[in-house]
Amino acid sequence: MAILIDRNTRVMTQGITGKTGQFHTRMCRDYAYGKECFVAGVNPKKGGEDFEGIPIFATVEEAKQATGATVSVIYVPPPFAAAAIDEAVDAELDLVICITEGIPVRDMIRTCHRMRGRKTRLVGPNCPGIITPDEIKIGIMPGYIHRKGRVGVVSRSGTLTYEAVAQLMEQGLGQSTCIGTGGDPVNGLRHLDVMQLFDEDDETDAVLMVGEIGGTDEEDCARWVKENMRKPVVGYIAGLTAPPGRRMGHAGAVISGGRGTAQEKLAVLEECGIKVARNPAEMGKVLKSALG
Amino acid sequence: MKIHEYQAKHILHQFGIPIPRGYPCFSVDEAVAAAEKLGGSTWVVKAQIHAGGRGKGGGVKIARSLDEVKQFAGKILGMTLVTPQTGPQGQVVRRLLIEQGLDIRKEFYIGLVVDRGRRRVCLMASAEGGMDIEQVAAEHPEKIHKVYIDPGAGLTAAEAEDITNRIGFSGAAVAETAVLLQNLYCAYDSTDASLVEINPLILTGENRIAALDAKMNFDDNALFRHPDIADLRDLDEEDAAEIEASRYGLSYISLDGNIGCLVNGAGLAMATMDIIKLYGGNPANFLDVGGGATAEKVTEAFKLMLRNPRLQAILINIFGGIMRCDVIAEGVVTAAREVRLHVPLVVRLEGTNADIGKKILAESGLAIISAGNMADAAEKAVTAAASAASAAIPVTGS
Repeated sequence: MAILIDRNTRVMTQGITGKTGQFHTRMCRDYAYGKECFVAGVNPKKGGEDFEGIPIFATVEEAKQATGATVSVIYVPPPFAAAAIDEAVDAELDLVICITEGIPVRDMIRTCHRMRGRKTRLVGPNCPGIITPDEIKIGIMPGYIHRKGRVGVVSRSGTLTYEAVAQLMEQGLGQSTCIGTGGDPVNGLRHLDVMQLFDEDDETDAVLMVGEIGGTDEEDCARWVKENMRKPVVGYIAGLTAPPGRRMGHAGAVISGGRGTAQEKLAVLEECGIKVARNPAEMGKVLKSALG
Repeated sequence: MKIHEYQAKHILHQFGIPIPRGYPCFSVDEAVAAAEKLGGSTWVVKAQIHAGGRGKGGGVKIARSLDEVKQFAGKILGMTLVTPQTGPQGQVVRRLLIEQGLDIRKEFYIGLVVDRGRRRVCLMASAEGGMDIEQVAAEHPEKIHKVYIDPGAGLTAAEAEDITNRIGFSGAAVAETAVLLQNLYCAYDSTDASLVEINPLILTGENRIAALDAKMNFDDNALFRHPDIADLRDLDEEDAAEIEASRYGLSYISLDGNIGCLVNGAGLAMATMDIIKLYGGNPANFLDVGGGATAEKVTEAFKLMLRNPRLQAILINIFGGIMRCDVIAEGVVTAAREVRLHVPLVVRLEGTNADIGKKILAESGLAIISAGNMADAAEKAVTAAASAASAAIPVTGS
């Protein structure tokens, strides 16, 4: 069933009444099975109203009880977004996808701490979301560039993921699921978590892992791949030319204390037997060649 | 966001961290007056710039008379201080900190930073104070002691005492230092800091502790709830183009190459810089116009890139998702007309309404080099920049 989401997933939108929430809820509803999937919205002050026929509830718990939604997507502004995640975790949703960019790190540290031992999985924040092509998209990616297929894509970025998808399509390769884990330093699912899910998914044959400078997500994932992964993995790392100590757009894309460089990550990926695309224009081509 | 040492010390002092007595000064006269007010027979004259490694560059001097204070202050104020962190161009010193000299018996390192892997704040402490901590971490990682702080409980008294013992404190100073560490975490947490460093924390001849140096950085995303800290921003310490960019919500970083890049999305922007390098060129900047770029934003982005005297070509790489390529194309045409574009412009449009965007560019009558994909775009930009560079070299000889 691809990973995390499919046509049977039922989704609520937290922050459905804001400009961003409205726009993307419409786009998601109009994609593939979206009309059946997007069943609720949440706004503490607008319970009882509706957004273009989608009922709005005052709390996540009420939305879950009334509609059976087990997944939420968050467009709430940064000062309130961590609290929105907390509410979804307390309501014991299966999955929370937080699109919001600009949440303070301190808030995310507390939220991640609260999540320990709870059932909810978090994707993001500051991410494009998840898409299982031709079934459901939850997030802000352009749906039409994707087709259903058997390559999994995991990335920290937005447009660079779209670029990777377009390159796969050029090679005639569709995608099982594409996940953006987000550009923040403290977040939910990481490359490694997603890789494990792809490894277990019988609809995924290979994985394209798109990384960038900062942190050690890519290295941690690569070491797991070396020991455990049963499917080919191709990697690309952005930021070879990034100067140290500067945040490259994403809050988490920074080389600090000489650590987290693209060179270091590429070396670990190669050591772990992952085929690396050094040229960002060749991600699709290298993945195709890895399929043999 | 970064702040100066004297500002960091002021904040830490409010959280009960002992600091040397001292005053920030903006002129030589103020420096001498500060030294007189402090009294004593030794003073430290410290350049206040955001970059570290000031001592190595001659930005920190110990004065043993008021004459020396005057002499050093005069020398340091206005100097261009080059340290390993400023880059070769250095940074002009506009502010000083004049402090009382203290009798240093021993130096320690204390730091707080987010550990991304553990999703916690990490307290680092070492008996190797005053040294370059990155070097210690690389060569003697066992000399750095760490506590990963539970965000619910904070740094506990037991944890603070344990790490204090581990870095070699003993006797009465243990309790005092443990409290300092707890206060320091409190300062980090309450101010939404992203880095706090005391290097060195000193033990004086009188068995007292003090933060001899202090560094604080803050999470930009949390400044909205700390207007007092946001006010400490010193624009003199930042790149003019980057300040301008931040006013328009553009994420811009100046680099030393000659090919300007305008891209939507941080990951794609980094990949674009990388591919320019891969094809033998050098990026002049990182520039992410974001997901919701308007024609005005594109125009401002153009103006920023064109200020760079080294600029010899521009590469626009857009993957239209929610942002439509026709909107970008219109912005590009408007901007190119408005700003008198004097360098070759390579444009690659992909994604939503790419065809309409390409048509707008083709029909504009502007000399735009169109590219089919990222590789093609990079190759064309590198070639264009190289020929612009060679054309710019004046022909000498007969």
